[in-house]
Amino acid sequence: MTKQKLVVIGNGMAPGRVLDRLFEAAPGAYDVTIFNAEPRVNYDRIMLSPVLSGEKSFEQIVIHGDGWYIKNGVTLYKGATVTGIDRAARTVTTARGEVASYDKLIVATGSLPIIIPVPGHTLAGVLTYRDLDDVQAMLIAAKSRGKAVVIGGGLLGLEAAVGLKEQGMDVTVLHLMPTLMERQLDTAAGHLLQRAIEERGIRVITKANTKEILGAKRVEAVILEDGTRLHADLVIMAVGIKPNAALGKIAGLEVGRGIKVDAGMATSDPDIYAVGECAEAHGQTFGLVAPLYEMANVIAARLAGDQAAEFTPSATATKLKVTGINLFSAGDFAEAKDREEIVLRDAARGIYKRLVLKDNRLIGAVFYGDTADGAWFFDLIKKGTDVTALRDTLIFGPSFAGGTPLDPTAAVAALPDEAEICGCNGVCKSKITTAITSLSLKSLDDVRAHTKASASCGSCTGLVEQLIKVTLGDAYNPAAVQPMCGCTGLGHDDVRRLIVARSIKTIPDVMQVLEWKTSCGCAKCRPALNYYLLATWPGDYKDDNQSRYINERVHANIQKDGTYSVVPRMWGGMTSVKELRAIADVVEKFNIPAVKCTGGQRIDMLGVKKEDLPAVWSDLNKAGMVSGAAYAKGLRTVKTCVGTDWCRFGTQDSTGLGIKLEKFLWGSWTPAKLKLAVSGCPRNCAEATCKDIGVICVDSGYDIHFGGAAGLDIKGTEVLGHVGTEDEAIEVIAALTQLYREQGRYLERIYKWMKRVGVKTVQQQIMDDVPRRKALYERFVFSQKFSQSDPWAERVKGKDAHEFGALADLTLEAAE
Amino acid sequence: MSKAISKVKLQWVDVGPLDAIPIRGARVVKSAVGCIAVFRTAENQAFALLDKCPHKGGPLSQGIVHDTGVTCPLHNWVINLQTGAALGADEGQTASFNLKIEKGRILLDAAQINSKVAA
Repeated sequence: MTKQKLVVIGNGMAPGRVLDRLFEAAPGAYDVTIFNAEPRVNYDRIMLSPVLSGEKSFEQIVIHGDGWYIKNGVTLYKGATVTGIDRAARTVTTARGEVASYDKLIVATGSLPIIIPVPGHTLAGVLTYRDLDDVQAMLIAAKSRGKAVVIGGGLLGLEAAVGLKEQGMDVTVLHLMPTLMERQLDTAAGHLLQRAIEERGIRVITKANTKEILGAKRVEAVILEDGTRLHADLVIMAVGIKPNAALGKIAGLEVGRGIKVDAGMATSDPDIYAVGECAEAHGQTFGLVAPLYEMANVIAARLAGDQAAEFTPSATATKLKVTGINLFSAGDFAEAKDREEIVLRDAARGIYKRLVLKDNRLIGAVFYGDTADGAWFFDLIKKGTDVTALRDTLIFGPSFAGGTPLDPTAAVAALPDEAEICGCNGVCKSKITTAITSLSLKSLDDVRAHTKASASCGSCTGLVEQLIKVTLGDAYNPAAVQPMCGCTGLGHDDVRRLIVARSIKTIPDVMQVLEWKTSCGCAKCRPALNYYLLATWPGDYKDDNQSRYINERVHANIQKDGTYSVVPRMWGGMTSVKELRAIADVVEKFNIPAVKCTGGQRIDMLGVKKEDLPAVWSDLNKAGMVSGAAYAKGLRTVKTCVGTDWCRFGTQDSTGLGIKLEKFLWGSWTPAKLKLAVSGCPRNCAEATCKDIGVICVDSGYDIHFGGAAGLDIKGTEVLGHVGTEDEAIEVIAALTQLYREQGRYLERIYKWMKRVGVKTVQQQIMDDVPRRKALYERFVFSQKFSQSDPWAERVKGKDAHEFGALADLTLEAAE
Repeated sequence: MSKAISKVKLQWVDVGPLDAIPIRGARVVKSAVGCIAVFRTAENQAFALLDKCPHKGGPLSQGIVHDTGVTCPLHNWVINLQTGAALGADEGQTASFNLKIEKGRILLDAAQINSKVAA
C-alpha cells in the first residue's frame, strides 16, 4: 500500500503538535513534507521573550531539532514560502518553484503582526515582535543602548519592553487604552501591573495615540496626537495580530477573519485542514497556545482515522512571562448585570484577586501578586463547578475553601486528575502522576523529559514540583538545585543565567540584584562569581583579586608552612639546558629547600618565601620561562610522549601538537583545573585517557577524548570524536574547552560536567553542529586575547606589590 | 574600629596607612610576638589578629576576607576578625590585637606587640 502524502504549510507550534500526536497515534501512516517560510526548525514561539531578555538561547527553545525530522522521515523545506495551492491537481507551489503533491494538506500559516499605518511606519528601525528574526533585529538594535518606544501595552508589548530594558535600552511603552493588558486584566490589576513595570524603570504612557513616526532614513522620534514627542532609536509595534489567511483566499477556500473550519478542523475543502492562528473555528480566531494545541489534537486524531474528534473552544488562561511579576487571568471577567464578584485586595503586599461568578459558577478570575492557586480556579472555570458550598471562603483558594490546613501541597493534592497543570503543553495532573509512578521519575528534569510538563514557558514549574512532592512524599528531594553557598538560595546555573540575562558585570551588582543574604559573600561564592563574570564578559570585566583564592592571587601554590611552590611552564613537557641551568641557579640563589618533578612533566620548586617570589620569577623570566599556572583553575599542563620525533611506534607528532595546544590554551580560566595529554599512538604513554582532555594519535589522524579522572575518582575518558588534521584537533579542543567554560559550575571538573550534561549532548554540540563549534571556537579565541599575559612578568614589573611585602617590620625597629 | 581598652594611657605604634591594605584584604606586620595580620573589610573597618589559624597555624593574612570574617587558605576555617574565634562547627581562637585608626593611619597597641605573650 502506498503511503498517503501529507503536506504541511507552516512549521510553527500548532502543526508541530499535529505531527507529534499523529506519529504517536498512527506511526508511518503518512509521508510528510513541511514548507517553512522561516529558515529554521520548529521552535517555541512563546519563549521568544526569554530569548530577548537573554535568559534563554535559541537552542534552548527548539521544539523539534534537525534530528526529529530525520527520525520521523519528514522532509522539511526551510525558507520556502508557499505561494499557491492547486486544489484540482492537489499540489502546492513555492516561491522558489518547488512543487509537492498531497493527499491531505494542512494550512498553518499563522498570523501577521498588525502594523498601524501611521506616517513613517516603513522607516528602518520600526520592527514588529513575531519571530526569531524580529528578536535578533531587536538584540542588534539594543546594542546601541539607545531609546526604544514600544507601541502596545499588551502581553507581547510588555514582554518586549522588559526584554529591551534588560538589554540596556531606555524604554517607553505607549498604550492606547487607559490601562495595560485590558483584554486580560481588569482596571485594578492593570494599575498594579503598570506600577510594577514602572518600578523597573520603564516609562508607561496610557491613552497614547500614535500620530506619526519621524526620521530621515531611520526612525528618530515618535509623535503622539497630543503633540508629545518621544525620541526613539527603535520602535516596536506590538499592537496585535491578525490571522494570515491570504493563502486560503488564493486557493478559494472559505475565509472570514481566518480560514473557516468545521468542528473537525476541515476547511471548505475536506482534504485541507487549517490549524493555529490562521484558522477560524466557531466564528472565533485564537492566539493562545492551549486552544491551538487542542485544534492540533483534533487534526491528528482525524488523520489517524478518528472521525469523531471535534474541537470545542474552552476557557483560556494567560500568564505574563516577566520574571518577578506574577499575573494570571482566566475565563471571562467583563462586568455585566448577571454577574457577581468576589474581590480581595492587599495593597501593601501588592496582591489583588478577583473572581467573577455567574449562576453560582466561576466564569472568570484575575490574580495579581499571588498566582499560586491559579490552576485550581482555572479548573473550576473549565468544569463549571457549582461553587455555592465553597463560596464563603472561595477567594482564599483550595487551602481554605475546604477548611484544610495551610499547606502549599494541599492545593495541588486537591486538584482533580484531569486538571491542567501545564497550559503550554496541555499536560494534566494524572498524566504527570502516572508518569512519576510508572516510570519511577525522581526529579523535575525527569518529569520534563517524559511529560513535557513545565518544559516550555516554565510558569507551572512550582505546581509540577509540588505534584512530585505529593506523589513521592519524602522520597522527593527538592534540593535538586543546590544553592551556591549559604549567601544565596540560587544554584550555580541560575546565577550564571541571570548574570547573562541582566547584564550584571560586577560582584557587588550580582549580590545586589540577586539579593545576596550576606553583605559581601563568602570564600565559596566570591571566587565562583569572579570566574563567571570573567568567563561571561571577557575584556569587559575587571578581575577582582580579593575574590580569588591566595594561589591565584599570588600565582604560586601555598604550602602548609605558608611558603610557596613555583612551577614554570615547560611547553609539552620539553625543556632545555638553558631552562634547567636557570632553575638550578634560582634554587641555589634563593636557598629553595626542595625540587621535584611533577606529574605533568615539569619541575616544582618548593618552599619559596613569599617575599622572594618576584625575584625568583624575574630570574626565570630572563631564561624565557613563564608561569606554569600550576595553581590555577585554568589550563595546567599538556603532557606528551615523544611521538614521531623519536619513537619507533609514533604515528603523529604528539609532542608538536601538545606544544601547539599548550601555547594556544595557556592563560585561559576554566571552572576547575584543566589537564591535557597527547599520546603519539594507542600505547598511550602520555596517559591521555585519564585526562580532562586527551588526544590519541592514530595513523588516520587524532582521536579526541575527554572527561577522564585520576584523582579522587578514577575514570577513563569518553571519546568525543575523530578528526583528520592537527588544525581540526585544535579547533575541537578549543571549542570543547569553551563549552565547558560556559556550562561548567565553578570547581566542577570536566568529567563531572560531562556526566551532568551527557556525553551525547557534548558530542552533538562539538562534533555534529559545526556552526556551533565554530562559534564556540571564536568565543574562545576572543577571550584568549585578554588572558595571555604572563602574570609573573607583570608582578616582576611591580603589579600587586602589596602582596609580596610586609606592611611594617617592627622587628627591625626593635633591633635599632 | 578600636576595641574597648581598660588602660588609661596607651602607647600606639604606627604601622602604616589603611590605604596600603586592599579592601577585603590583609597585610602582615612583623613583630616581636610574631606575624600580625592586619585586615581591611569592605566597610573600611580594620582588625588585627595573630597571623596563625588556631587549627594548623595557616597564615590568615592570605585568606579571603568577607564581612568581618576571614577564611583560612589551608583548610577553610572561618575566623571572626573581631574576636579571633573560629566560626561554625570549628573550635579555637587566635590572639587579637588592639587597633585604632587615626587620620588614615593604622595604630597598634605597643604594649601588646612588645610583650612576650600576645593578648
